[in-house]
Parts: sequence; structure tokens; C-alpha cells
Amino acid sequence: MIILLAGLGFIIFTGIASLFIKDGKTCTRFGAAGVIIGSLAAVTTAIKVLFSGETISFKIPWQVPYGSFYIVIDSISALFLIIVFMACSIAAVYGCGYMAGYKQRRLSAPTFFFNMLVASMAMVVMARNGVLFLVVWEIMSLASYFLVTFDHEHESVRQAGWIYIVATHIGTAFLLAFFVCLGKYNGTMDFDNVNVFGKASSVLFLLALVGFGTKAGIMPMHVWLPEAHPAAPSHISAVMSGVMIKMGVYGIIRTISILPEIQLWWGWLLVILGIVSGLLGILFALAQHDIKRMLAYSSVENIGIILIGLGLGLIGLAGGSYILAVLGFAGALLHIINHSLFKSLLFMGAGAVVHSTETRRMDLLGGLIKRMPLTAGAFVIGAIAICGLPPLNGFIGEFLLYYSSFAAALSKDIQIVAPAVAAIAALAMIGGFAVAAFTKVFGIVFLGEPRTSAAANAHEADKAMIVSMWLLAVLCILIGITAPLVLPVIISVVMQIVPAEYEIAVLPFNQPDKMLWWIVISSIALFILISVLAMIRRNLLKNKTVTAGPTWDCGYAAPTPRIQYTSSSFSQPIVDMFKNAMYLKRNEVKIDELFPKQAQFESHTPDVSNEYIYRPVFKWIDRLTGKMQWLQYGVVQMYVLYIAITLIILLVWKL
Amino acid sequence: MRDYAIMIIQPAAAMVLAPMLLGVINWVKANFAGRRGQPLLQPYYDLWKLLHKSAVYSSTTSWIFKAMPIVCLSAILLVTFIIPLGFGKTILSFNGDLILAAYLLGLIRFFIVIGALDTGSSFEGMGASREVQFSALAEPAFFIAMAAMARQTSSISFSNIFSAITPQMWATNSATLLLVTAAIVIVLLAENSRIPVDDPNTHLELTMIHEVMILDNSGPDFAFLLYSAALKLWIFAAILVGFILPMNVMPWQISIPVSIAAIFVVSILIGIVESCMARLRLVRVPHLLFTAVALAILALIFTFRN
Repeated sequence: MIILLAGLGFIIFTGIASLFIKDGKTCTRFGAAGVIIGSLAAVTTAIKVLFSGETISFKIPWQVPYGSFYIVIDSISALFLIIVFMACSIAAVYGCGYMAGYKQRRLSAPTFFFNMLVASMAMVVMARNGVLFLVVWEIMSLASYFLVTFDHEHESVRQAGWIYIVATHIGTAFLLAFFVCLGKYNGTMDFDNVNVFGKASSVLFLLALVGFGTKAGIMPMHVWLPEAHPAAPSHISAVMSGVMIKMGVYGIIRTISILPEIQLWWGWLLVILGIVSGLLGILFALAQHDIKRMLAYSSVENIGIILIGLGLGLIGLAGGSYILAVLGFAGALLHIINHSLFKSLLFMGAGAVVHSTETRRMDLLGGLIKRMPLTAGAFVIGAIAICGLPPLNGFIGEFLLYYSSFAAALSKDIQIVAPAVAAIAALAMIGGFAVAAFTKVFGIVFLGEPRTSAAANAHEADKAMIVSMWLLAVLCILIGITAPLVLPVIISVVMQIVPAEYEIAVLPFNQPDKMLWWIVISSIALFILISVLAMIRRNLLKNKTVTAGPTWDCGYAAPTPRIQYTSSSFSQPIVDMFKNAMYLKRNEVKIDELFPKQAQFESHTPDVSNEYIYRPVFKWIDRLTGKMQWLQYGVVQMYVLYIAITLIILLVWKL
Repeated sequence: MRDYAIMIIQPAAAMVLAPMLLGVINWVKANFAGRRGQPLLQPYYDLWKLLHKSAVYSSTTSWIFKAMPIVCLSAILLVTFIIPLGFGKTILSFNGDLILAAYLLGLIRFFIVIGALDTGSSFEGMGASREVQFSALAEPAFFIAMAAMARQTSSISFSNIFSAITPQMWATNSATLLLVTAAIVIVLLAENSRIPVDDPNTHLELTMIHEVMILDNSGPDFAFLLYSAALKLWIFAAILVGFILPMNVMPWQISIPVSIAAIFVVSILIGIVESCMARLRLVRVPHLLFTAVALAILALIFTFRN
């Protein structure tokens, strides 16, 4: 524990120290070194806890009312700590390369806030006191806000930051209510033992779901996500999408694990929210033209998949289906790890593209695989992994979810069968659209011919960026190949959530690790087949003249790169199919003469919940607060007076 | 001994006989049209010729384009080791193998699509775009149909499901089996780019899906793709046959030839469909696939009766 706290202290210390370093390059390197060294030290404790299964706790009293500095590391915390430290360290390496692009800026502030973000996320998963939790949660939100608004000279970035900070504080308001209620029922703000039953526990669950769900980006609380992620520098997007939104998921998991009574309908609710987030998330991702915005929507989709897993686990717990409980949660946890790897990787790849071409619009890119081969290679691995395709890690997580759903679908109980089948259908559909979305991103950005001179003049990314992307790519492959060894560790974490009688030995269709060995064998067979076939083809072509020519153009004499299919045209059929659900806006000048003069087509997809829920609500609030304007004088002394009056009223009321 | 024999015969039969399916379809279509048609073994001649040709690569393409045929063929070969013929275990037979099989097909789709986009041709982009659209709709139909069969037979691997089909099941649960059959037939036609979803014979690129995605492949690469298309057809036909026919009532020496014969019957039926129908307009294809989803869901609902 001391080592872990020392590691965190070191991260914070280097963050503060970096404020005094003038030179940008030295500053980011110093901060990154702090993150990496601190993480390496701290992660040892987490790994020890994860493998030994013991729980470490640490408590010192604190001046703050109801607060105590109470931290506990159990295996759930340990798993999340490992994700935080691993993904953030790699992002820090990437940041050294990425931030080098900002030559004229001082980089002290982003370095400081990055280190604070890492430390606060680590604290979030350990804190066991409500007050402490809210404090570190708030530090996390604020640090990420300042990182999102790093490019604050752009209007759009300020706007994104504004949406983010409002959204995150609405979430925090629910969490405040959650912890106050929890503390009131429980008698203490420490939340390791909770005795809340009946209706109260459902209320607590819903409060936690909204509060944490806002951070996680569950539809329809996701609106900040597609705004904030594209605005932030790419390694920050990677950390936010890969790690920070998982803090919301952590909150939901922790709530599930501490509430003693589980209701079946919680599981139903999570599965439904998961399916909605997953399907709409990936459909909106398909409709985007901006590469980072698209990745942000895909995070909503993946949070949906994670929620489906958590919901299945809850249904299994409440409905007495062992396999669903264990493998549902295991699938969700594995997908959390996997998503932190491949989504970070994809954001970093997108960052490398933006860094080198200075545009995020996919339709202006193309042909980058020839100019940025290493980035493209890592990106395609990330794309295969995120589509959940074998032999990479994404498949293992989805396999567990499918497997548990299939096993649960055999049950006699309709209350279990219905969500299981819905999950199967939704996962299949999400998987299909994910392939569409990621073949689009990879195909349009990296393949074909460059569509603009910016794409034609692109250059390979910096060494630090390449190294960090490939590190993540290797981890994706590694988890895919060593899945049967990873699963027991995950299941030991799941055992923190489900009671011990759900031991894996009593599962029907038991030994899920045995099936994973079959999958690993298939993966290895796949690699062998690929190399054998490659060899056969080389031999077949050995003594022949292999020629290079133009792409077959169907006799059209002068094709230009602009004729290529664009991201809009690629996704048009699917987006069009769902245009009513997505409120697709199109601007079209129809061709209605024999000799068309000029035609034009433009489509864009505003966020439905933003457009039809939040905007009207905030307009209404705006009108309401407008009526209270007479209170505002803009004089600080008056506000001090208001505070004093409020205090007096409160005192009188309490006395 | 018996098990090992089955394990070896199953993939071997698929690998040797799969191209013949294409020959049979063409033979049926020629007969319907009153032509003499190609020889039955024409696909084998084509493969042989292509394998010994040289290749032309577009200068736009990258390693993705060259990796695509190899990954496709490798993945589909792996799937042939999962799908049994008749009954009995295959080499890669485990609980949940149907998920692996479906996702290996997804891997093929991923590579074929990025391979098509790698050429920078808008025709191939068009085919790729349609491919991802239709397969995203076929996928849920396939999975729900598999879930219905899993419920029907209380097992979650292809070999167990195939072995659990009995004549009694046709007597008591024919509704489920029929609906699953209908759903799988639609998925088969869509996944294998046959009429009414796609026309493998047109050479008008604007209407094609699968054929247009591989326009630029030549030589051994094209042979690999042609062969994997044949294997894919074999696999779906084998799934269809396995879901329908109660193979468990006969010894394996009979069940395997019967299954192979049934697979060829499926290819004859495909040929008949292709001769009697025109392909649907592209905007109508999703309706067909939604029908498949609906049929599969109905099949699933019928499994609640027992």
C-alpha cells in the first residue's frame, strides 16, 4: 500500500514540478517519466492484489466532516488500477511525440493536468469514503476539462468543453444525491458495508446509474462524449475514451457489488440501455465524417456492449442462472480491458493522422497506408480487434457474452431467455455494423488514393507515437492468444461481485477456459494457414512476371481520386435505412432536367438526444433563469452578502 | 477409429467437392435456359488455370490487397473444420463453436471489404458498401436461427445440434425446423451472393456485390477467392442440411454420402431459384433480410412450446 501511495505521490509531484519547467519538450517528457515510473511502482501492488486475492485497506481520519481517507484495494479495484496505469503510461509516451507539435505553447498546464488525471482516476477506484470519492471524482472531471480545452483558441473547443463540464456536473449532482442517501441509510459515509434493502436500494441503483452513466456515456446521457473527445488532444482522447469513461462503469459495478439485494429488473434495464447505446452508438458512428467523432460514438457503442454484459450478469444473479452471472460479468470486465486497449490505439492512430494531415475529415484523406505504413498497420489491428473478430482480444470478450447468452437461452425461464436472446440479436447486429463502420474508417482514410494534397503530403508519425501504438497492438494480439490464462484472473474478480456458491465448477457447460483453449488453437491454426498459403502463392508466382497497372477503370479514361467512394457514400445505404431513427438531415439539389447543371448533396447527422431532449430543456432553463436576472448585480460584495444571508437562514432553520 | 474417420472425411469432402457445387448450379441454369452449358468440372479447370497464371496488381493497392485472399481462404478453411457433415464431432468441435464460425465469416468480410477499398475504385467501394449493409442484417437472422436451434436441441455446438435432430422432432416441432430452414435459406442466398440478393453472373458492376469487390484480383489471388466462395457455399449448405436432416438414425457410412447428396440437392435448388427469379432491386433486399430475422424470431418463439 505504501508503495502504491508513493507511486501516486510521485505522479502528482512530477505533475506539480512540471509547472516550473519552461521548455515544452522537457516538460512533457518529465511529466511522462513521472507517470511511467509512478505507475510501474504502483501497479506492482495492484498485480499482487489481483493474483493473491487478498484485500488491502488503509484508513486515516480526515478533518472534512463525514470524510475519512479510507482506501481499499480489492480485486475489482486492482483490475481497474492496472487498466488506468497501463493505458495512461502508454498514452504519456504518445503524448511526448504528439505534444511536440505545439512548439509555440507552454506545455506545463497540460502535463500537470494529465498527471492529476492519472492520479485521480487511480484514487477513484480505491476510495471507499463517499466524501473522498466525490473529491477525487471532481478532480478527475476538472483535470479532464482543462485537458479537453487545451486548444481553447478554437470556438468549437470551448463549446465542447462547456458541454462537457455541464454534463459531468449534472452527473456529479446525481452522485452527490447517491452518496448522501447511501450515507443516510447506512449511518456512515464509508461504503464498504451497505445495509440497504427494499425500495431504497432500487432508488440508490437508479441514482448511481444516472450519475455514473453520464460519465460512462450511456445513451441518452452520452451527449458530451462526441463533443469532448474530438476536441481534446489525441492522447487525452485516448485516455478519456479508453480509461476515464470506464470509471463510470466502475461506479456501476461497485454499486452492484455493495448493494445486498439485486432486482431482476435492474438487469433488464441495463440490457435495454446497453442495446440502445450499442445500436444507436454504432449507427451514429457510421454516419460521422469526422474520424475522432466517429471513434467517440464507437465508445458509446462499446459501453453499450459492456452494459449488456453487466445486465446479463445481474439477470443471472437475480434469476439464479450461474453461467449467465459469471460469464456475463466476465465478458463485461474483459471487454472493459480490451476496449481500453483498442480504443486508445485507434484514437492514437487518428491522432497520428490528424497530426500529419491537419484534418479530421475522412473525406479529405485517403492512401495514407503508403505514407504512414506503421500507423496504418497498428490501426488495422485495432480495427479488427474492435469489431470483435478472431483472433484478437475483442473476440474473446464478445465470445464470453455470446456464450453466456446462448447457454442462458436454453433455460426454461422466459425472464432469462428473453434478454439473452435480445442480447444475441443485438450483439450480432452491432457486430455487423461495427464491421461496416471500421472498414469505412480504415478504407477511406488509409486505402485508395489520396483525395487532397494534405493527404498526399502526409508523413509517418513520430517515434514515440509509433512505439505506443504498436505496444497497444501487441497487447491486443497477446490477450487474444493468452485468453485462457487471462480468464481465471477475470473470474476471480467476478467472484467479488457474485456470491461464492456461484463457483465455476458448478456451471453447466463448465470449463469456459477449455473452450477458450479451442479458440486459441483455432487462432494459431489460422496463423499457420495464412503463412502456408502465403508461401504457396509466392511459389506460384515465382517464375512469372508480376505486373503493376492501374486499377481497372471500366474503360473510363481519366479517373481522378475524387471519383473514389467517400465515407458518406459508403455508409449512405445503412444510414438511409435508419434515417427515421437518426433524424438524418440532408441538403440536396435534385437533378430534374435532361442536362443537369449543378447538383449538390450534403448530409449530416446531429445527435438526436442533443437536438430533441437537451436543447429544449436547456432553452427552458435559460428562459427561467433569465427571469431571475434582477438578482444579479455583478458586484462581488453583493454575492458575499447573499452567501451570508443564506448561511443565516440555514442556521436559524437548523436551530 | 470411427470418430477419426469422420473427422478426416468431413473437411476432405468439403475441400474436394466444394467447387463442384458451382458447376452444378451452372449446369442447372444452363439446362433451364436450354443451353448445353459448361462442363460440370469447369470450376476445377478455372481454378487450375488461375493458379498457374501470373498476377496483375494495381499500383494503388497495398499489402492489404495481397493479404486479403490469403486471409479469406485461411479463415474459410478453418470453418470447414468446424462444420460437421451429417453428425459426429469435427476436429474443431466445442461448445460455442457456432460463434467462432460466424465470426470467422465476419473476419473474411472485413478483409474482403478493405481489400476492395484498397483499389480506390468506386465500383468496388459500391460493392463493399452493399456487402457490409446486407451482411449486418443477415447476421442477426443467422444468430437468432442458431439460438432457436440451440434451444430446440439444448446444445450449443454444431455437432451436437446436428446429432440431436431426430425424425420425432420433425413430428413434434416441425414449425421451428421449417421456420429455421426458411431463415437459413435466405441467409445462405445473401451470404453467398446468389439471386435474389446478388447476381453472380452479371458483369454490370453497378448491380453487383460480391463479384464487383474482387474485380481487380487476378491469378492465384483470384483462384483463392473463387475457391473460398465455393467453400463458403458448401459450409452454408452443410449447415442447412445439418439443421434439417435427422442423420443420427443411420450409420456414418451412410449419413456422410447422404449429407453430401443433400448438399448437392441444395445447389440444384439454388440453380432453380436462379433460373426462375430475377434479382431484387437493391432497396428491396433489406426487406428480404428483415423477413429472415422475423422468421428466425418466430422459430425461437415456437421453441417455447416444449
